[in-house]
Amino acid sequence: MDKELFLVKKGLADMLKGGVIMDVVTPEHAKIAEEAGAVAVMALERVPADIRAKGGVARMSDPQMVSEIMKTVSVPVMAKCRIGHTIEAQVLQSIGVDYIDESEVLTPADEEFHVDKWAFRVPFVCGCRNLGEALRRIGEGAAMIRTKGEAGTGNVVEAVRHQRAVQREIRRVVMAPDEELATIAKELGAPLELVKMVKETGRLPVVNFAAGGVATPADAALMMHLGSDGVFVGSGIFKSGNPAKRAKAIVDAVAHWQEPEVIAEVSKNLGEAMVGINIDVLDDKEKLARRGW
Amino acid sequence: MKIGIFALQGDVAEHIKAIEASGCTPVQVRNPQDLDNLSGLVLPGGESTTFWKLSNRIGLDKKIISLAKEGFPIFGTCAGLIMMSHDIEGYPNQPTWDIMDITVRRNAYGRQLESHVETIHAKDIGDVSVAFIRAPFITRVGEKVEVLSCDKEGNIIFVRQGNFLGAAFHPEMTGDIKIHNFFCDIARRV
Repeated sequence: MDKELFLVKKGLADMLKGGVIMDVVTPEHAKIAEEAGAVAVMALERVPADIRAKGGVARMSDPQMVSEIMKTVSVPVMAKCRIGHTIEAQVLQSIGVDYIDESEVLTPADEEFHVDKWAFRVPFVCGCRNLGEALRRIGEGAAMIRTKGEAGTGNVVEAVRHQRAVQREIRRVVMAPDEELATIAKELGAPLELVKMVKETGRLPVVNFAAGGVATPADAALMMHLGSDGVFVGSGIFKSGNPAKRAKAIVDAVAHWQEPEVIAEVSKNLGEAMVGINIDVLDDKEKLARRGW
Repeated sequence: MKIGIFALQGDVAEHIKAIEASGCTPVQVRNPQDLDNLSGLVLPGGESTTFWKLSNRIGLDKKIISLAKEGFPIFGTCAGLIMMSHDIEGYPNQPTWDIMDITVRRNAYGRQLESHVETIHAKDIGDVSVAFIRAPFITRVGEKVEVLSCDKEGNIIFVRQGNFLGAAFHPEMTGDIKIHNFFCDIARRV
């Protein structure tokens, strides 16, 4: 592995820490996100709530649309490829996107294998539900991790579950004596070298964002409280009553997550939040987080 | 000696580590009152548009600008350098804090695919391994600005103006702390 290349892949994610990355479907949305203080945007054709509503196969966005968003904003632009779809990832790299999200929000192209992310110059972010899944993705070359949450629901409960699982398992690794690490690695299904790194540093070896169901400034601050380095907001902004105001409020809440009085102030008169879906009414097969392994 | 790190967004943790390794006490700066009783301030890497918005909403920008006018030592890296500049090429409407008499070009090397690690030579400091991540460079320097380093093509990447240091790159990503030591020495002498 090229150490220097991995440093700059991981390094861009380091620059995003403490920030909010917003899903946008048009250059106009991208402008609103940048104006609100987003540190990056995720360019896609439909936000997860619409993917859920419309059904069918969700794929990589039209490269023309992604390129237009890249021309419109000065912040980094991310785009999604399907799990295991190496060619979609190559296409996105060839048009020069700054980060690729190998995402369970799109319909998986491969139910067994993820993309070999070491083979790319462009960095990847991948979703996880627990520490083992996070370390498997990092082992495949991911330079940034996010919780899967349950995208397009406006319900933060799954993101909370996933972030708590990651942090709990990190604490377990940190407390474990060295002779237990190989067995823990086996149980987690994770590379031993990465488990050792977690023990040494007390955290994931890459930046760890929250994603999937964040709808309010308080949701975003909660994810920071649980140990996230920053927050992705998908449908939560542009499916709400006043996207510009909500976007700015979420950016403020993440920067000042330890100051409830700031969160109170920015939460006033935000208009309607996205309606949201209770996770328990979803069948397991409707849950996007179950895609990937 | 306490050195502040602008902590509203960006790679704050990496600068905290580098400042600690330089033998100073890092202090996270999130509100104007956090700037009291510090000997210097580091502006990290991050997104310059986000830095401006977050700091402007709470008046942190005004306090930084007024401290700079008194010669308070400030060291900006990447996005931090952009905030310290007088103006940004091609972005006449993006506000800066106008701390150094320089003009910068954002994403001057291109997008993320051009990000790289390089060993540079800096005047008064020596060879340092640093990371360029969607990095800017400096396209104009005023009379009071001293150029400390250029890249292979001759673009200006590291400058000093009195107690101010500005770097287009990230010295905090590689564990090579020579430049942080240099800044702490400036702060110590004030």
